Amino acid sequence: MNAQSHSGRLSILAAALVVARRDFTAILFSRTFFFFLLGPLFPLIVGGLAGSVGRQVDSSAGANADPVVAVAMAPADAQAMTRARDALSARLGEGLPAFRIVAPARPSAVMERHKVSAVLTGTPAAPVLSGPRERVEGWSGAVAMIAAQAQAGPLRPWPAVRIDATAARPKADRQAGLRTAQGAQTLLFLLTMMLAGMVLSNLVEEKANKIIEVLAAAIPMEAVFFGKLFAMLGVSLVGIAAWGAAGGALVLAAGPNVLQLPEPAVGWPMLIGLGVVYFAMAYLLLGSVFLSIGSLAATVREVQTISMPVTMLQVLLFFLASFAMTRPGSAVEIGAILFPFSSPYTMLARAAQEPALWPHAAALLWQAGWVALLVRLGSGLFRRRVMQSGPKVRVKARRRLLGRARPAPAGD
Amino acid sequence: MDTHVGDPQETGNAAEGQVPLAIEARALVKRFDGFKAVDGVDLSVPQGSVYGILGPNGAGKTTTLRMLLGIIDPDSGYRRILGADRPHDLAHAIGYLPEERGLYPSMKATEAIAFLGALRGLPLKEGRRRAHDLLERHGLGYAAERQIRQLSKGMAQQVQILGTLVHQPRLVVFDEPFSGLDALNQGKLEVMMRDLAQQGTTVIFSTHVIAHAERLCDEVAIIAGGKVPFAGPVDVARDSIPAQVRLETRAGDGPWRAALPADAQREGQFWRFPLPDTGIEPLLRALIAGEAGILSLSIERAGLHDAFVAIAGAAAARALEQAKPEEAAR
Repeated sequence: MNAQSHSGRLSILAAALVVARRDFTAILFSRTFFFFLLGPLFPLIVGGLAGSVGRQVDSSAGANADPVVAVAMAPADAQAMTRARDALSARLGEGLPAFRIVAPARPSAVMERHKVSAVLTGTPAAPVLSGPRERVEGWSGAVAMIAAQAQAGPLRPWPAVRIDATAARPKADRQAGLRTAQGAQTLLFLLTMMLAGMVLSNLVEEKANKIIEVLAAAIPMEAVFFGKLFAMLGVSLVGIAAWGAAGGALVLAAGPNVLQLPEPAVGWPMLIGLGVVYFAMAYLLLGSVFLSIGSLAATVREVQTISMPVTMLQVLLFFLASFAMTRPGSAVEIGAILFPFSSPYTMLARAAQEPALWPHAAALLWQAGWVALLVRLGSGLFRRRVMQSGPKVRVKARRRLLGRARPAPAGD
Repeated sequence: MDTHVGDPQETGNAAEGQVPLAIEARALVKRFDGFKAVDGVDLSVPQGSVYGILGPNGAGKTTTLRMLLGIIDPDSGYRRILGADRPHDLAHAIGYLPEERGLYPSMKATEAIAFLGALRGLPLKEGRRRAHDLLERHGLGYAAERQIRQLSKGMAQQVQILGTLVHQPRLVVFDEPFSGLDALNQGKLEVMMRDLAQQGTTVIFSTHVIAHAERLCDEVAIIAGGKVPFAGPVDVARDSIPAQVRLETRAGDGPWRAALPADAQREGQFWRFPLPDTGIEPLLRALIAGEAGILSLSIERAGLHDAFVAIAGAAAARALEQAKPEEAAR
């Protein structure tokens, strides 16, 4: 038994990988992972059902989804107006109300009989648009343009416009980048909120199965924490890859008009790459705190109790990052970048607005340093509070916060 | 926290002519919320020996083992495991079976053993190969691909014991290894522990069942009330209390009764008392002169159980006496 075919202790990274591999495969090959993958489907199904019910209600109520204007003019005028409308619509795209020629009559009678949104009477030179104020006021400009075209006759050819795209974005375009930044930030927040909470209950299994002592005797507690985080991050990335693939397929099937966000400052491939890296950082940062808090809970019920304030904390961070995004270069934005928990969100929004890449390298190093620090603090706290090892924590507030933690049972 | 009081050189690890020590601990102290769970424990475990830590429930056995393995740090004192101050530095050379057994229920037996080896630095592939070998050798080959949750408690415990040994450690620490095993498997474990020691592995285990220690151990430490009132060879422990004399006489009474020690007790037809310091001969002469009519007389050496009860009982009584003034002072 004494022959040593191996020597030396495992490094923290190597030990973390042993733990991570076990956790990752255990979760990935469990039945529950399938339901985890299906998770985002449920809100989509609920949303679809709600939309369907809404349409049914609208339909039952006789609401007309597509605005139709009845043209109750003299036949020649009505024909001229309809031709002008079709000609303009072919060039301007959607946006003009549909026309339907009806026999001239009182507008209220036409609306009642033909179930239309508004009624156009008079002549192209003096058109009269009748209907509810909120509708007809919005259409008056379009109707005036159509009437003018009806008087002018056939459309003349329009000159072709040559496109000359520039790489640099004028500052005025930042507002457009803001939409992309907001979208990226929201997506990052939703994914982090959905997935980071999973680590809260991560060490409960070890404590319930009494495995924690085996782990603590063999490898440093930091390695256990890192291993757990890496495993859950891996599981999350697998989930995101699956959802991303499904979502991408849907977008491709639906056509290019589904997502019409302005090009981010760093370009789409770089933004997606940074999004993955910032997700990892946001996950590790929040996860290390959640893991530490969760590790002090003895039961799943305690973990559930902790979940609510944790979720509120995440929402607050998102608000901070969202606010900072609208104030580029301000002290608020710099503060949000420096504060580790809001840093990934703020920096991802910045990537959509500013093309420089070096700040991202610096931010990632900063965030990685915080991950290492938080894991060290968390594992130290776990050793002191749960394993009852090391100097006592003197901060009374921390004791109160974590007062329900129980030490690992010592037989004697 | 002072975990290094005393110089390791001064504590005499592997002094000339002595067996080198696998474990050396001096003045280990651990408090939990002001309560001293371990109070100045000294241990010297020779390499290649089977060493027992004996003590009643709550004596401080598990806490001592946890400190030795680096799971928890002592508040003060000094420990040295296989020559290293930090047990984690020698994780690959140490095997540990905690009192609270724990395996992942969804893991297969082979994977569980390989995982425990991997935590100690054994490559997974090699761990799986050895796991299969170990399971076959110990009659559990049929359970190799079964999940832990599908095994009985005793079988799961055997799997964990094999996982403790899969990386071929030089020091194995078992905390209450026999609890949860049936008599047959307890016997198998005893054989396994002897085999390990024969191959040069140091085996240290805690138990409150003295019979196991008496059969297995070269040396024992008795822990009571967080202190170690005795540490040394089993024979020395047994000799620490006097042998018992068992006497049967024909005469129920007579002048010979005056020769019996004052603490002699009657047990049916027999008298029982500790062997006098002067030996048996003067007593024999006095009994014969007093016409006791000796039918039988035997001298019984104390067992480890008797020694344990006497030593641990006395230590507990002392601890109680010491605690009274402290309690009153509070």
